[in-house]
Amino acid sequence: MSKNKSEYLINRQDNQYEVVIGLEVHAQVTSQSKLFSTSATKFGAEPNTQVSLVDAAFPGMLPVINEYCVKQAIKTGIGLKAKINKRSVFDRKNYFYADLPQGYQISQFKDPIVGEGKVILDMPDGQKEVGIERLHLEQDAGKSIHDLDPKNTFVDLNRSGVALMEIVSKPDLRSPDEVNAYIKKLRSIMRYLGTCDGNMQEGSLRADVNVSVRKKGSKEFGTRCEIKNVNSIKFMQMAIEYEANRQVDLIEDGQTIDQETRLFDTKKNETRSMRSKEDAHDYRYFPDPDLLPLEVSDDFIENLKSEIPELPDEKKKRFIEKFKLSPYEANILVSDIETSNYFENVIKKSDVKLATNWIIGELFAALNEKNLEITESPVSAGNLSKLINLIKDGTISGKIAKTVFEQMMEGNKDPKKIVEEKGLKQESDPKALEALIDKVIDDNRDKATEYKSGKVKLFGFFVGQVMKVSGGKANPQLVNEILKKKL
Amino acid sequence: MSDITKQSLSGLVENIKSKKLSSSEVTKAFVERSEKSKELNAYITEDYTNALNKAKKFDEKPNLDLKLPGIPMAVKDLFCTKDLKTTAGSKILNNFVPTYESTVTQNIWNEGAILMGKLNCDEFAMGSSNETSFFGNVQNPIDKNLVPGGSSGGSSSAVAAQLTPITIGTDTGGSIRQPASFTGTVGLKPTYGSCSRYGIVAFASSLDQAGPMAHNVKDCALLQEVISTYDEKDSTSIDFKRNEYSKELTKDIKGKKIGIPKEYRVDGMPKEIEDLWKKGIEYAKDCGAEIIDISLPHTNYALPTYYIVAPAEASSNLARYDGVKYGFRADGENLIDMYEKTRSEGFGAEVQRRIMIGTYVLSSGYYDAYYLKAQKVRKLIKNDFDDAYKKVDAILTPSTPSSAFKIGEKTNDPVSMYLNDIFTVPVNLAGLPGISIPAGHDAKGYPLGLQIIGKAFDEQNILNIAYAMEEKINFKNNITDWWIK
Repeated sequence: MSKNKSEYLINRQDNQYEVVIGLEVHAQVTSQSKLFSTSATKFGAEPNTQVSLVDAAFPGMLPVINEYCVKQAIKTGIGLKAKINKRSVFDRKNYFYADLPQGYQISQFKDPIVGEGKVILDMPDGQKEVGIERLHLEQDAGKSIHDLDPKNTFVDLNRSGVALMEIVSKPDLRSPDEVNAYIKKLRSIMRYLGTCDGNMQEGSLRADVNVSVRKKGSKEFGTRCEIKNVNSIKFMQMAIEYEANRQVDLIEDGQTIDQETRLFDTKKNETRSMRSKEDAHDYRYFPDPDLLPLEVSDDFIENLKSEIPELPDEKKKRFIEKFKLSPYEANILVSDIETSNYFENVIKKSDVKLATNWIIGELFAALNEKNLEITESPVSAGNLSKLINLIKDGTISGKIAKTVFEQMMEGNKDPKKIVEEKGLKQESDPKALEALIDKVIDDNRDKATEYKSGKVKLFGFFVGQVMKVSGGKANPQLVNEILKKKL
Repeated sequence: MSDITKQSLSGLVENIKSKKLSSSEVTKAFVERSEKSKELNAYITEDYTNALNKAKKFDEKPNLDLKLPGIPMAVKDLFCTKDLKTTAGSKILNNFVPTYESTVTQNIWNEGAILMGKLNCDEFAMGSSNETSFFGNVQNPIDKNLVPGGSSGGSSSAVAAQLTPITIGTDTGGSIRQPASFTGTVGLKPTYGSCSRYGIVAFASSLDQAGPMAHNVKDCALLQEVISTYDEKDSTSIDFKRNEYSKELTKDIKGKKIGIPKEYRVDGMPKEIEDLWKKGIEYAKDCGAEIIDISLPHTNYALPTYYIVAPAEASSNLARYDGVKYGFRADGENLIDMYEKTRSEGFGAEVQRRIMIGTYVLSSGYYDAYYLKAQKVRKLIKNDFDDAYKKVDAILTPSTPSSAFKIGEKTNDPVSMYLNDIFTVPVNLAGLPGISIPAGHDAKGYPLGLQIIGKAFDEQNILNIAYAMEEKINFKNNITDWWIK
C-alpha cells in the first residue's frame, strides 16, 4: 500500500499521519410534499408559503407519515446495497430553536429504516469500498434569517418538515479525494434513483464531516472532531485539510485533541470550535408517541426493488462489456444519469467510439465553458448523432466537424443544414484535389525541391497548405495520398 | 317547560325530534342557567350569543335525522374550536384562537349539536382538582368547598350543575372518570385509538383520549357513538368496527364474568370505598353477572410508571409553547431569555413541575433507569390485563380512593394529589376503556363512583354492564343549586 500513489499522508519530521474521515450526509428526499404533512416542498418559494399547521406545530396537530418518502428512503437503501429494516421507529430529538416549531425534530435514532450497506468508489489506483453504517429519515428544520434586520431574526418555515435522509458512512474514507469521489458517487446513485436531486447550491445535499488523525500503521482511531453542515465538496475538502493538519500539529506539539463540534469558516478557510463535548446538547431522544413504529412488508420492499433502474456500477459494467469502452470512459459517462442517457441516445444511431470521444471531449469542454449542465446542452443527442454520422460517412472532416459543432452550440441547429448552408462539405473529388495540389506545389517550387532532396519533414507543410487553400474542406486522407504521388 | 335543564340528553333529543321543544328553547334554558352559575367558574369562554343564533338557524330548517339535533353543548377547553379561543387552561394560550376544529368536536357539530362555550380544566389537563387552571378553580355543585375533580373539572361541574346537557372531556390518567366520580356523573374513557386526538391540545400522546361525560349511561353511549371515528389525521387512530352504542345498549348482562382485582384493595383505603365496592359486587350479581377474583400483580407500579411516562411525553409536547409562533410571549434580551421568561410566566407551577420531571427522566444517563424501565413496566401492566381477560369479560373497581376533597386540601402535596389517580391510571397505561358510574354516597353525602374496565374496543360491553348496574344502583345526585341566588 505504501506504493499507493494516491495515499494521502500528512508528514511531520519523522512522523506520517493518516486521516480518518466519516461523513453524515443529509440528502433532501425528492418528494412533492413533506415527511409528515401535505405542504409543498418547492425550492425558492416565498417565505412561509409552504407551511401547514403541522409544520408550524399548532396545538393538537399530529404528524402523518408520507408513504412516498418512505419508499424513497427504501429505494436509496437498495441503491446502497443496504439492509432494509422492516420495522423502524421515529424518535423525537428535543431541542429549542426559533426555526424548530415543535421544539423537537422527528428523526430515527435507535431503529433506522436502512441498516448497513456500501458504496464503491473508482479511484485512480483502483476501486475502494466505503461502508454505510445506516440511513434514516428525519425532518428538516426551518430557516433563521439573521441579516434582514439589525435587531430581529426572521424565520422561514418553508423547509420545516421537509424529508431528509441522513446517510452515515463508516469511518472508511482516508483523503479529501476519496471524500470527493464518495459524495459524487452517492449523489449519482440518488440521482439515478430519483430519490434526491443532489443540488448542493439549493442545500439538497450537505454533510457533517468527522475527522480524526492517527500515526500511519496505527489501528486505533484518534479523537475525532465533527465539522458541521458543510455544503460543497470543495469546502469539505478544504475543511478536512485544515482540520487534519490542525490535529496533527496538536499531536506533534504533545497536546491532546478535544472531541468537539466545529464550524468551517469558508472565508478564513479554517475550522473553529462551536461547542465541546461537555456542552453537547442532551437531545432526550425517545420514541415519538404520535407515530406508531413503521412496519413494511417483504412485498412492499420487493415491489420497490422492481422499480430500481440500472445503477452506475451496473451501467459501467455494461458499457465496458457491450461498447468496449475503457473503464475511464465508462466512469465518466455513467457518473451522471443525464450524461449516460445522453450518451445512450447518441449511440442509438451513430458510432460508439466517435460518440464517446465527442461527448467526453468537445461537448464537455463546450458545456463547461458555458457553465451548462448536460440537460441544458444546446446540442441535442439527436443532432450530435447526426454530426458523428457526417464524419463517419466522410461528408465532413473531423476538423470541419469542430467548426460545425461550434455553430451547433450557438443554437440547436441540424448539422446537415449547417454543412449545406456554409458549403462545408468535404472535398473528396480526386480531380479537384489534384488541381489544388498542383497549384500549391507550383507556388512553392523551392520547398518542393528541398523535399525531393530529402527534407521529408516538409510533407506536413504541404498538407497544411492544401488544407488552408481548401478552407479546411479537403479530405485529408486523399490529400495525403495525392501529395505523396505528386511530390 | 321550566325543567328543560333537568332533562337527560336522550330526553332532549326525543323532545326536539318530536317538536315538543325547539333548539332555541333548549339552548336558551342552558344559556340562562349557565349565566346564573358563574360562581361555579365552569366556563373559561362563553359563546352564548353565537349558540342562540345557531339554535335559531337550526329551528328555521331543522334536520331531525341527526343524532344531536340542535342540542347545545359546552366542551372542555382542551379541544381546539375554530374561531373560538382555546386555552387549555393556560396563560400561555390565553390569546390563542384556532383556525381549525378538532375531529371529535367536528363529529359532534356534524350531528347537529351547538357549541355554547369552553369549559374550565386543569392547565394542559395536568391535575386532579381543576386547581391548576390559569382561570381559577372550579366549584363542585355538590358542595361549595369541594373540588369537582380534574382535569375535566369544568366539564364535570357543568354536567352535574346542568349547565350543559352533556359534554366531552379528555382522560390521560383519570381526567374523565375521577371528576365524574366526584360529581355523581357518568364518564367514559374509550379505548386508546377510538377517538381521534387531532385538534386536542396534547398532554401525553400515548395516553390521551377524549370521551363523553353525562348524566347517565345511555347519554354517554349516544355521545360515544358520535365522537368515535377512525381518523387518518391521527396516526394512532384505529380502524375497527364501531358500534351504534346507544342502539345496542342492553341491560342483559346475565352470565357476564366480572373480575375483582385483589391488588386494588390498597393500604389505607377508606372503609366507605371498600363498602361501596362490596355493594357494587352485589349489584353486579343482582344483574346476573358472575364475580371472579382476579390478580393484576403489577398494579402497584402503575402510578410511578404513569408519573414517568406522562411527564416525559408532556415535556416534549409542551416544547412548542415557546413564545415564537403563537400564544403568550414575554420580552427577553435574546432568544434564550425570551424562552425562559415566556415559559416561566406562561406555565403554572404544576405544568413546570411535570416538564421538569419529564425532562429529567429523558435525560441521558437517566433514560434507561426511568423512561425505558417505565415502558417495560407498562408492558407488564398491559400483560396483567390481557391475562385477566382470558378469564373475565370486565373488571370492577372503585373509581377513586376517596370522595371529592376540599379546595386547597392537596395543593401543597402533589404526591397525595397524584395518589387520587391510583385506580384510573392503569387503564390508560393499558389503553383500555373504562367507565365511572355514580354508585353511592359517603358519610358526608358526597358521591362515590365505581369503575368498570373493559377489553380493548369492547366499549359496548362495559356500557351494557354500567347500564344494568345503573338501574339497580338508582343513584340520586344531591344538588341544591346553592350557587344560584
